[in-house]
Amino acid sequence: MPSFVPYLIHTLFPPDTRQPTELGADFMILVSGAGIFFYLQHFKKWKWLWTEWLTTVDHKKIAVLYLVSAVAMLFRGGVDALMLRTNLALPNIQPIGAVEYNEVFTTHGTIMIFFMAMPFIFALFNAVVPLMIGSRDVAFPRLNAVSFWLFAFGALLLNISFVIGGSPNAGWTGYPPLTEIAFNPGPGESYYFMSLLIAGIGTTITGINFLVTIIRMRAPGMTLMRMPMFIWTTLCTAALIIFAFPPLTVALGLSLLDRTFGSSFFTLAHGGMPMMYVNLFWLFGHPEVYIVVLPAFGVFSEVVSTFSGKRLFGYTAMALSTVAIMFLAYGTWVHHFFTMGAGPSVNAFFGLSTMLIAIPTGIKIFNWIFTMWGGRIRMTVAMLYQLAFIPTFVIGGATGIMLAVIPADYQFHNSYFLVAHFHNVLIGGTLFGLMSGLYYWWPKMFGYKLNERQGTWAFWCFAIGFWVTFTPQYLLGLEGMTRRMYTYPLGFGWHELNVISTIGAFIMGAGFLILVYNIYYSLRFQDKDLTGDPWDGRTLEWALPSPVPEYNFARIPVVNDLDAFWVMKQQGVTLASSLRAEDVRELELPRNSGMPFILGLGFFIGGFGMVFEWWPIAIFGGLIVVGSLVFSAFDYNDRKHMPAEVIRQTEAGLGRLQA
Amino acid sequence: MSTPVVGESQHQIPLEFANEEESLKITGFWMFLMTDMIIFASLFAVFAVYRSRVAAGPTPDQLFHLGPVILETLLLLTSSFTIGMAVYYMRKDNLAAVYGWFIATIVLGAGFVITEVHDFVTYVHLGATWHVSGFLSGFFVLVGTHGSHVTFGIMWALTLLFQLRRRGLTDITRRKLFTFSLYWHFLDIVWVFIFTFVYLYGKF
Amino acid sequence: MLHRHFSRKGRRLLALAALGVGLLVAGCGPQYVVLHPVGPVGRQELSLMEFAAIAMAAVILIVFVLFGTAVVRFRDYKGNKNPYRPDFHDHRLLETLWIIVPAVILAIIAVPTVKTTYALAKLPAHTDPVTIDVTSLDWKWLFQYPNQKVATVNYAVIPTGKPVLFELTADSPMNTFWVPQLGGMEYTMPGRVLPLWLQANKAGVYWGHSGQFSGVGFEKMFFHVKAVTPTAFQRWASHTHATAAPMTMADYHRLLHFTVVGKQTYASYPKDTFPSVTHGFSLSGGMYLLVRNNPNRG
Repeated sequence: MPSFVPYLIHTLFPPDTRQPTELGADFMILVSGAGIFFYLQHFKKWKWLWTEWLTTVDHKKIAVLYLVSAVAMLFRGGVDALMLRTNLALPNIQPIGAVEYNEVFTTHGTIMIFFMAMPFIFALFNAVVPLMIGSRDVAFPRLNAVSFWLFAFGALLLNISFVIGGSPNAGWTGYPPLTEIAFNPGPGESYYFMSLLIAGIGTTITGINFLVTIIRMRAPGMTLMRMPMFIWTTLCTAALIIFAFPPLTVALGLSLLDRTFGSSFFTLAHGGMPMMYVNLFWLFGHPEVYIVVLPAFGVFSEVVSTFSGKRLFGYTAMALSTVAIMFLAYGTWVHHFFTMGAGPSVNAFFGLSTMLIAIPTGIKIFNWIFTMWGGRIRMTVAMLYQLAFIPTFVIGGATGIMLAVIPADYQFHNSYFLVAHFHNVLIGGTLFGLMSGLYYWWPKMFGYKLNERQGTWAFWCFAIGFWVTFTPQYLLGLEGMTRRMYTYPLGFGWHELNVISTIGAFIMGAGFLILVYNIYYSLRFQDKDLTGDPWDGRTLEWALPSPVPEYNFARIPVVNDLDAFWVMKQQGVTLASSLRAEDVRELELPRNSGMPFILGLGFFIGGFGMVFEWWPIAIFGGLIVVGSLVFSAFDYNDRKHMPAEVIRQTEAGLGRLQA
Repeated sequence: MSTPVVGESQHQIPLEFANEEESLKITGFWMFLMTDMIIFASLFAVFAVYRSRVAAGPTPDQLFHLGPVILETLLLLTSSFTIGMAVYYMRKDNLAAVYGWFIATIVLGAGFVITEVHDFVTYVHLGATWHVSGFLSGFFVLVGTHGSHVTFGIMWALTLLFQLRRRGLTDITRRKLFTFSLYWHFLDIVWVFIFTFVYLYGKF
Repeated sequence: MLHRHFSRKGRRLLALAALGVGLLVAGCGPQYVVLHPVGPVGRQELSLMEFAAIAMAAVILIVFVLFGTAVVRFRDYKGNKNPYRPDFHDHRLLETLWIIVPAVILAIIAVPTVKTTYALAKLPAHTDPVTIDVTSLDWKWLFQYPNQKVATVNYAVIPTGKPVLFELTADSPMNTFWVPQLGGMEYTMPGRVLPLWLQANKAGVYWGHSGQFSGVGFEKMFFHVKAVTPTAFQRWASHTHATAAPMTMADYHRLLHFTVVGKQTYASYPKDTFPSVTHGFSLSGGMYLLVRNNPNRG
């Protein structure tokens, strides 16, 4: 028994996790954890936390949960990025050594894609999709909460790896055999596979949920070709998720079996085949690129139309090109490894299919420009991100075409040119889109606008910082610098551009700080938006008060045209001006449930046990999972009634009930 | 809960779809089956690639014995018929018959799992573990994933049996029984592919 | 007549653009290794890069002009005289135009892309290539010369003016083999052998590095390729074969894992170290045949 404690310490806190940065992170976690604990304790908020947030099944609250986690993860991923850039600023300086650098670039990529971009997107989905289609909720409210808690506990599992046991360190793609137990014995890679598996299940459920919601729950009159463009992109994203995440699940699962149970899928020996993983991973990975960028396209389509005061240009072409991108997304995965010797015919096919995607994307770009053409462009923060997005994304797309030129790709592959390209499309496309959506829908989610002046400052930091960071990286690629080097020798001429790039990264970091301040300031000092329609919006979510009451629509609207709310305003008959007491009926709403949280906790405990191969803990976690499922099967009490009188009072209080 | 529509529309919409809420769930379940189908498709692709990577281990031809596999096939195909009968009587509101056919399904499913586990144990005793070769890894994971789906299905069916006993045939239990039957048929189809492409193709 | 005139003007414009890009490229310092290839592979890849860059610059220009005009003309300020046309949301001709124009530009890029892809996939005919077997190890490069029978670590010597066939494999996690001034990269993977041919037309020492992260010593995976005249190459090979120490199996195992070493030279190497069978995998079919059927192997 006395040897048990040293064993525990050695396993949970190996020497790698006793470095200054890790200890700093430990300290931060302890301090902020204690802070939160004492806040909740002092203000007696535990019950509030449980009933209002941990057990909620309301899509609007789940959106807030996603958003908070996404911003926290943006912070973590951003700090990772600054650590990387600092290490590379000058040759042979090593504020963090190779071991930590490898962990940090791995978590940077993993967190930014899976635990920042994805939840941010789901935050927007949850916040507005049911409102935009005129629905009272998503199709499966409780599963929606399950999705969130699986994501949250998956993210937690990955994040604790930095301080407990050691982080994954083989890149966000986790190629074997580097991730095999022979080359990577610590718990790090198991953390990676386990956390992505758990979060991936949640994501798949979200995909199913929103697909069914959009297919089955649109307001009467909202035909497919009257859906707002954001709904189109959500629909296609959900479909992409459904088809793309299963191969990832398989790739992760097989790797985990190799590591933990000694199977021979990707090993060097016993007929294993590492390239199988690469294929499965990118079979997911390429659609994933569109999973994170299509919602951004949707946001931009809404934003550009609202702030130009015009209907979206070429709506039909926009819808069709979204669908085209969705299909083409499955036919391009090999372009991530042209240099793995697939042969010229295979490479040529995938090169051409990659170029083909540029056509529907180009259609979108031109349609956005022509939506502005003949309009009246209002320079709000949301619109500024849109305006920065178009040139940035066009250049990112152009370098993407250059990468699709197969022989040229042999020179670009895995160099900083590639790094610059995908940051160009992921920041210029996805992040700008998410920020635009954040500023655009914030008043709908919280009932007040974010301060525009501060938002403009944050915007310029992000936009300028972005270009200062990544233009030099294109050039570094041409200088032959390959990605994921933790430092580099003097004498290659790489240092000048690296210094500039690091400066740019810190400008973006400043942008993030301004954003956080902007949120804090607006929370305290911004005026409430009483109209529910601060931007002169065009789609149904603006027809509702902000923040939206729990039941969304007191009466489900009837849709006659695209831009339904705009048409209502033109005709002078909005929901607010036409609701009468007799229209309001008693409603059935989903009842809060602790099951999703407990289920996620079970996955977390089980996952943690799997990572350290402590089987009793793993089995205990598994039992919690099974128990929650069985409980849920017997729980028929999942709905609650909302009397018509309550709804009438709420609506009257908002001044929306006609006598 | 709104009551199911009775009268003429009953001939057009099967009972389990009559309630809007429950019908949504059936749509969602189809989507789930789609994701599961892609999991199996990926595993089939993996198996196809690894089939020849036998390393120092046995080839499919040396390993497989068709006897138990044919027994498994018979058990599972029959259970697909019995669950179909259960759904038929569910639509006729004949709870006793639903019980009978449903319990038969569970028993047949359990027989399948027992036979498969016995088969796996035999392989492992011959030294054919998944550590030995890529082929065996692919085999055990593909067939094992199917087997664990069936096992999960049996557990699900047991909870459903309790719910039927407590609540009889309601909108909700009807929908649950129907989605279970979808799941069960789906596993049956996957097994047909496993039987053909893994066992028969491996043997001949 | 007008048409011919136009097309000649277009060609002249293209030539001018190519010259401009060429000057820009030449203007970049020697540290821009990708822009200063010394062999036919790198040069073909570079010219495709330039071609694609020009085509993309055209696209970028069009979009930027349209975008800039829209933003400048249609901003919402008092007294904006430009027409406000909220009903302008469909235009058949324009929409067709921006399907066709990008498609044409892409087709123009696609044709040479596919041609060069096929061309670079096989060795130039009527040449007598030098074969070098490359194995990436943790964290070093092993070069074995099946015809000259010598082996080196972290550097290779090649003759100028001749294609060199690198046969790439790994006895470690994946890496990529990249000498930017000679041409593009290719993966080294355990259990597979991938062919890559390169050529240096100018004598010199060119550095290479791995492009695929392979663990904690990844940064140290630099190597050099020394291009010398064919006679000097022969002299080097026979001199090495005669004077250096042979590589034993024990030496190979020492090289195998988790170390960083300097340059090394061996007179010979044990059989079965390429592709290595250390980990007991068996090679069969697929890509491997592509290389094994190469008649130029000794």
